[in-house]
Amino acid sequence: MMTALLTNWRNLKRNPYAVWLGFALIGTALVLLPFVTDAALGRSWVRILDHTLLYIMLALGLNIVVGFAGLLDLGYVAFFAVGAYLYALLASPHFGLHLPFWTLLPLGALVACMFGVLLGAPTLRLRGDYLAIVTLGFGEIIRIFLNNLNTPINITNGPQGINMIDPIMLGEFSLSRTHQVLGITFSSVHNYYYLFLLLTLLVIFISIRLENSRIGRAWVAVREDEVAAQAMGINTRNVKLLAFAMGASFGGVSGGLFAGFQGFVSPESFHLMESIMILCMVVLGGMGHIPGVILGAVLLSMLPEALRYIGPLEEALFGRVIVDPADLRMLLFGLAMVLVMLLRPAGLWPSPVRQREFTRHD
Amino acid sequence: MNLLEARGLKVSYGGINAVKGIDLEIHEGELVALIGANGAGKSTTLRALVGLEPPAGGAIHYQGHSIIRQPTHQLIRKGLVLVPEGRGIFGRLTVEENLHMGAYCRSNAKEIKADVQRVYARFSLLQERCRQAAGTLSGGEQQMLAIGRALMSRPRLLLLDEPSMGLAPLMVQKIFETIRAISAEGVAILLVEQNAKLALETSHRGYVLESGLITLHDEARALLNNQKVRHAYLGE
Ligand SMILES: Nc1ncnc2c1ncn2[C@@H]1O[C@H](COP(=O)(O)OP(=O)(O)OP(=O)(O)O)[C@@H](O)[C@H]1O
Ligand SMILES: [Mg+2]
Repeated sequence: MMTALLTNWRNLKRNPYAVWLGFALIGTALVLLPFVTDAALGRSWVRILDHTLLYIMLALGLNIVVGFAGLLDLGYVAFFAVGAYLYALLASPHFGLHLPFWTLLPLGALVACMFGVLLGAPTLRLRGDYLAIVTLGFGEIIRIFLNNLNTPINITNGPQGINMIDPIMLGEFSLSRTHQVLGITFSSVHNYYYLFLLLTLLVIFISIRLENSRIGRAWVAVREDEVAAQAMGINTRNVKLLAFAMGASFGGVSGGLFAGFQGFVSPESFHLMESIMILCMVVLGGMGHIPGVILGAVLLSMLPEALRYIGPLEEALFGRVIVDPADLRMLLFGLAMVLVMLLRPAGLWPSPVRQREFTRHD
Repeated sequence: MNLLEARGLKVSYGGINAVKGIDLEIHEGELVALIGANGAGKSTTLRALVGLEPPAGGAIHYQGHSIIRQPTHQLIRKGLVLVPEGRGIFGRLTVEENLHMGAYCRSNAKEIKADVQRVYARFSLLQERCRQAAGTLSGGEQQMLAIGRALMSRPRLLLLDEPSMGLAPLMVQKIFETIRAISAEGVAILLVEQNAKLALETSHRGYVLESGLITLHDEARALLNNQKVRHAYLGE
């Protein structure tokens, strides 16, 4: 049964019409998604969709470092923070600077890239646990800097964060306003959805291209066996730096979008817990496998929101709240992750390579 | 002219001198054995020759040019290739993916494909298992893969670090047959081996390394008849 389905699926995949039809269907679904969500679940869920797209970019960025190159990074949120603060500082009344979005976006990617190299260069000889600890420290250092760079010169405005950040403007088109196009109302969250979707698709495209490139193969080799990779003639130093830089740039872009979308950033948003959450998305989805990582990001960014309905559900079922919904929410969330890792140790949708580790060949 | 020439090569790990100034040379197309006890510094020597370990002193010339401090990935492009101790195959990649990794420094897809077929022709076992994860191959098959993968970078000088380690006698014979065949095709080989008898019987010349120093070097046949070698390495 399963095999029959699979072969059918493979045949379908070979048929170009079927492929294009598939793309068209997915495309239409993605375009309609915010409206359907709005009607079915309410505006707040469209906002959750927007956040989900940002998380997908983050997860794909971290996937380059952890999934492709096999370098455990526990401070990834630092690059998200760098992107967000760069946008906030250069497009807000804080310094009175108001750079346009189209310069901020590549600038955010570039600066995050540089921070990626900054983190990568001193950690080149480290692996596994040691690398994890250094990256964890790096993430915290960035956050602590953001928290404390308000004296003697006020750069980051300390724990208060930066307020009144310019919304993202595409020319005259402000994404934070409601627009009427062809009689359809596009509210702020809808506008951001489409921009984020576009950039997410771009990030996915770049990820796929990278994975299938020479660099992608070099990352696999470094991940599998660094000495052997060197013996193959791979410049492991450059290859690892490039992984850090590329991964960081996705984080920087996502951070910039976050700042423009929220209109407010503070060090609070860039805790270690965020890094761990993004890492969970990558691991739980399927390390090194792009569709899996996307799935992981979608599930883990939506599940906590869905679990908010526990409180009302308890009331409906028992007439009163028995267990504190906030506690139960995190408990269920943790339980779900433990279950997934027990039942599918290579992730929900693992790459063929990782799958091989968990299946026997006879 | 010597293909590879090391003069006064020294390597140390922290304070420990593992290789204490050795002279070594390999001619074009030659098969040279490097034998010695455990911890004598054989692997260290090979690693230093391909730039995986920075030498503490001395000179290395390859094809007439100094290659001291040149990174491994540049040397491999010049045909200086190491098959490391313990094989270093990519366990989770398939046999075929491993072979393609061996051609990482090359770009002509057609030639690479032809070379993969050539490796398969040499090791038909690998072809049967081309889609299998390399980590699930037997030790002997992994060694074949490691050699096949090294051949994918078209070496002029192949450094083999204990290719017969942990293999059953029949498989050892097969590996040595392969080494002879590769040598016959004109590839120079520096062979590090615990199995001194077989290594010297296969090679043209041999070096004996003892705690970081070359104590003997001669024609392989002469070494086989050398009283000291017979006593220390051939167990007679
Ligand atoms: N990375 C390292 N750090 C510190 N010391 C090392 C390192 N690698 C090797 N050594 C030391 O250098 C010496 C030579 O080691 P090497 O691996 O070259 O020996 P070998 O001749 O290859 O031995 P074997 O036949 O057991 O493989 C040994 O004393 C070893 O302990
Ligand atoms: Mg050794």
